[in-house]
Amino acid sequence: MLAFVIRRVFQSVIVLLVVGLVAFSLFRFVGDPVENMLGQERTQADIDRLRAQLGLDQPFPVQYWRFLQNAADGNFGMSYRQGRPVTDLLIERAPATLELAFVSGLFALAGGIVLGIYTAIRKRGWLANFIMTASLIGVSLPTFLIGILLIWIFAVELGWLPSFGRGETVRIGWWTTGFLTESGLKALILPSITLGLYQMTLIMRLVRSEMLEVLRQDYIRFARARGLSERAVNFGHALKNTLVPVITVTGLQLGSIIAFAIITETVFQWPGVGLLFINAVQFVDIPVMAAYLMLISVMFVGINLIVDLLYVAIDPRLRADRAAAAK
Amino acid sequence: MNAIRRALDSDLGHSFRHSPVTIVAAFFVVVLFAGAIFAPLIAPYSPFDPATLNLMNGFTPPMEPNAFTGETFWLGTDDQGRDVFSAILYGMRISLFVGFAAVLLALILGVVAGLVAGYVGGWFDTVIMRVADVQLTFPSILVAMLIFGIAKGLTPPDMRDQMAIWVLIVSIGLSDWVQFARVVRGATLVERGKEYVQAARLIGRSPGAIMFRHVLPNVMSPVLVIATIGLALAIIAEATLSFLGVGAPPTQPSLGTLIRIGQGYLFSGEWWILFFPAMTLLVLALSVNLLGDWLREALNPRLR
Amino acid sequence: MKRLVTAMMLGTAALALAAPASAETLRWAAAGDSLTLDPHAQNEGPTHTMSHQVYETLLHRDMAGKIVPSLATEWAPTDDPNKWEFKLRPGVKFHDGADFTASDVVFSLKRAMLPDSDMKELLASVSDVVAVDDLTVQIVTNGPNPILPSNLTNLFILDEGWAKANGVEKPQDFEGGEETFAVRNANGTGAFMLVERAPDSKTVLKRNPNHWGKDQFSQDVTEIVFTPIQNAATRVAALLSGEVDFIQDVPVQDLGRVEAADGLVVRTAPQNRVIFFGMNVGDADLKTDNIEGKNPFADPRVREAMNMAINRDAIRQVVMRGQSQPAGVIMPPFVNGWTPELDAVPATDVAKAKALMAEAGYGDGFSVTLNCPNDRYINDEAICQAAVGMMGQIGIKVALDAKPKAQHFPLIGGYETDFYMLGWGVPTFDSEYIFNFLVHTKGEKYGSWNGTRYSNPELDAKIESLASETDLAKRDATIAEIWQVVQAETIYLPIHHQVLNWGMKSAIDFPVQPEDQPHFKYLTFKK
Repeated sequence: MLAFVIRRVFQSVIVLLVVGLVAFSLFRFVGDPVENMLGQERTQADIDRLRAQLGLDQPFPVQYWRFLQNAADGNFGMSYRQGRPVTDLLIERAPATLELAFVSGLFALAGGIVLGIYTAIRKRGWLANFIMTASLIGVSLPTFLIGILLIWIFAVELGWLPSFGRGETVRIGWWTTGFLTESGLKALILPSITLGLYQMTLIMRLVRSEMLEVLRQDYIRFARARGLSERAVNFGHALKNTLVPVITVTGLQLGSIIAFAIITETVFQWPGVGLLFINAVQFVDIPVMAAYLMLISVMFVGINLIVDLLYVAIDPRLRADRAAAAK
Repeated sequence: MNAIRRALDSDLGHSFRHSPVTIVAAFFVVVLFAGAIFAPLIAPYSPFDPATLNLMNGFTPPMEPNAFTGETFWLGTDDQGRDVFSAILYGMRISLFVGFAAVLLALILGVVAGLVAGYVGGWFDTVIMRVADVQLTFPSILVAMLIFGIAKGLTPPDMRDQMAIWVLIVSIGLSDWVQFARVVRGATLVERGKEYVQAARLIGRSPGAIMFRHVLPNVMSPVLVIATIGLALAIIAEATLSFLGVGAPPTQPSLGTLIRIGQGYLFSGEWWILFFPAMTLLVLALSVNLLGDWLREALNPRLR
Repeated sequence: MKRLVTAMMLGTAALALAAPASAETLRWAAAGDSLTLDPHAQNEGPTHTMSHQVYETLLHRDMAGKIVPSLATEWAPTDDPNKWEFKLRPGVKFHDGADFTASDVVFSLKRAMLPDSDMKELLASVSDVVAVDDLTVQIVTNGPNPILPSNLTNLFILDEGWAKANGVEKPQDFEGGEETFAVRNANGTGAFMLVERAPDSKTVLKRNPNHWGKDQFSQDVTEIVFTPIQNAATRVAALLSGEVDFIQDVPVQDLGRVEAADGLVVRTAPQNRVIFFGMNVGDADLKTDNIEGKNPFADPRVREAMNMAINRDAIRQVVMRGQSQPAGVIMPPFVNGWTPELDAVPATDVAKAKALMAEAGYGDGFSVTLNCPNDRYINDEAICQAAVGMMGQIGIKVALDAKPKAQHFPLIGGYETDFYMLGWGVPTFDSEYIFNFLVHTKGEKYGSWNGTRYSNPELDAKIESLASETDLAKRDATIAEIWQVVQAETIYLPIHHQVLNWGMKSAIDFPVQPEDQPHFKYLTFKK
């Protein structure tokens, strides 16, 4: 068991190193930051001076090694665009993205479970069929279009909800939250729906198919035969057994929620890390791009690792399977 | 073998006939595919030839003559004076081409990787699955932006126009292969233990033959389902990448690029520039998704 | 749960108390944020816009673009042609209460000349700044500089004591990635004081009650809340839904919608910026064309044909919806040297253009790549697309490569594009600025934005002579001569002068500033 954990952690570190290399090297092709950092009146001498100052004239492996050394210290350098430490920027922007991801995850989970149960129980009902078909609309339009349509309807035409930003935020230590003000909560609604719609459809379908699977099992039939109410069967027995895979999938989806926040944040001018990343790409702000990718990969690899280890802890059969596969 | 296939066909056929939603979806898919394939024959204009465009035709509303040139267009024109109907047909060609090619790439990569990983196991399995982890680390849009970045750096400037399409295919394909690989690997692990595989091995068939002749046909139905859903996903992904500025070039717009252009005119009253391409994309993706849904249930009798 | 709700209600109540709903708060949005509050660290429009609210300059361009007194009340060259003298405004105080004196001016201008400053090029001709007395400053130049005042309108004055106390005697080394106290804090003499700053997210300013000009300017605005909103549709949506009061850069297609909305109005004025195409006229062969061993752009007849093929009026009517002024010269009308004759728009004549192409030996046309930004100028990508079609009509098959400005501009400086779009604003309002950057042969000090590879030593000598020519009539004559050559050679293909559109609540009375610099001290609310 310990050997497996060590091997798995070791593999994760390798994965992170590779991701770091990929992230760092690939973005070198995106463009030249120097040009943007100097104004309209720059001369060739300014350009050369700046390249040397940033270390961009160094050979590539030297640049990568420096990047890794600093990253290990939690230092991702200075943003070319804002002239501030990247770590500070990420910490400053993280609450916005995490709160958005949290609310949209919640929305996806709650909506997905409720609708999934309903469509499973009323399998042949017209409403269930309608929900199944309608939910596909959410995954058949690109996210940015859904966001813009929501802004158009609810902000411009109806004027009910704000079209951009986080509203008023309250500062608690280094964390800024939009949960404590009315405008902050209102501002969360449209972006959360935009971001969560896709995951909601996914979870709903998952819950539905798991429910259908479970409802066919013998013990459910026995429960019914014993005269338990439909409600007790559905919620007491069936639902409980569908939740494990649902929660696993939701956990794994958390990362992609944060990644897809890039688009939602761009549409809604949501001041999170996704918007920071997109700005960095447009400005060729390499330190910010590299740090963001590292952050995302640490998160993903971390989640993957935890899920894997949990599985092994829970289900010894998997351990045997893995051992066999690794032979 | 033939008998099984026929039974499957009739089973599929039966469930198809009894699902009106599926019939409608299939109808739309056929119509839209045909429109894309025969675009040069159907389209009244050639929207990809900039020299034939008249800028003064720009922003003509549907079925109304243009104020300057007096020309009329069924679905109106966009900001460059392009006939929206023709642009949709040609754009759909690009979107579908990108979608199919990306799914094909993902499918080949994923199926081969999954089969070998599941069947051979060992270090190869470990490597493949860790690579899959790395891949999952990068969500598809990030992968696409990365690949776009490198490709732009590596191709000569005069090639970039054509390059965009291939970059889209490679980036979407590369980010989707993991799905296939995981499913095929899982299925292969199960199949590997079955008697028919052991029998085949006993009579001395090569691992390659066993994998592709015996195991592969038995894991094809989940692959087919993933591929169908994947096609819809790829079409949407292409549109999303266009919004982020790494999609098809505006001189040869895909459906996604048309939507990106059109969303700028949502408030200004030129609704047709956005509405028609968006509706086409919606109907296309929805129909493909519905077909995928139906396939999944039809191929998995336990869900019925 | 109950506790959470209570906390939420308390939070809301506290906020309701903290933010008095006041008609004088101006909620302002624009596409980009200021990059830094250090006023000498970045020479960039949106950065200056924010600095102009908090800091002030000796001389100031008002809302009409005219130079007016600000911290200096009078200025004139002295008897020594290498010296300008500035009389300073008495009784001015910085936001922290310190007095404004000549030593602050000397300190600030010298600070702006340090290597880390991004403003140093504007003071390249200055050799020294001297305080004569508490309210008099002399600027010494290397040789006479007739247009020195117009170089001072974006050079902000800091408090020497504040800078020294906070360790910001030097400008932030922006490129080197340095963060100093001055990046997020500011202490100027301006009409507004900094309250809160979250880069790329929110900046709050409040009215300076002790501003020297409080009787002179309306100062109706008591508080400014600035939010950058990049996505154009979202920005317009915010204005339409009443979440912001004022936005810069309204997309041209949404002007009608904003205009038609109740309580909103669009104000329009020509901008000091011209949009044009440049071509590689100097190389022996082009990288992106299909003609081997020859450069079609080197033939002036091809350039002339291209100039004739562009239908500027169609671009204005359709792409720009009337919001542009077709151009015949790469010089905004505000600039010294501009004449209506130079700016006469070339007639569109496809037949004649085709004949010229045939005459030059390119009757069958050729292919080339056009590089274009897609997030810099108004409808930049759409203009390029239109140009692709127009070039197609005379047989030039153009492939379009549109990308963000950060990736587009390096191509011009690095000689990596054969055909490109560029826009040029002229902060000094003088032709010399255009020649130095766009016409002079590229080298150490000149021609850094000249991507055409055009080189004409005779013209270079004339351009260099402008800097020290004190006889303004003679100088203007040289400027005219240079323009004659530029026009005759068709080095650039002018498209149009940009028009600025500011969208705002109709209760706001605010003219459009030609450099896209809103100075909110001039803003009034209609009563």
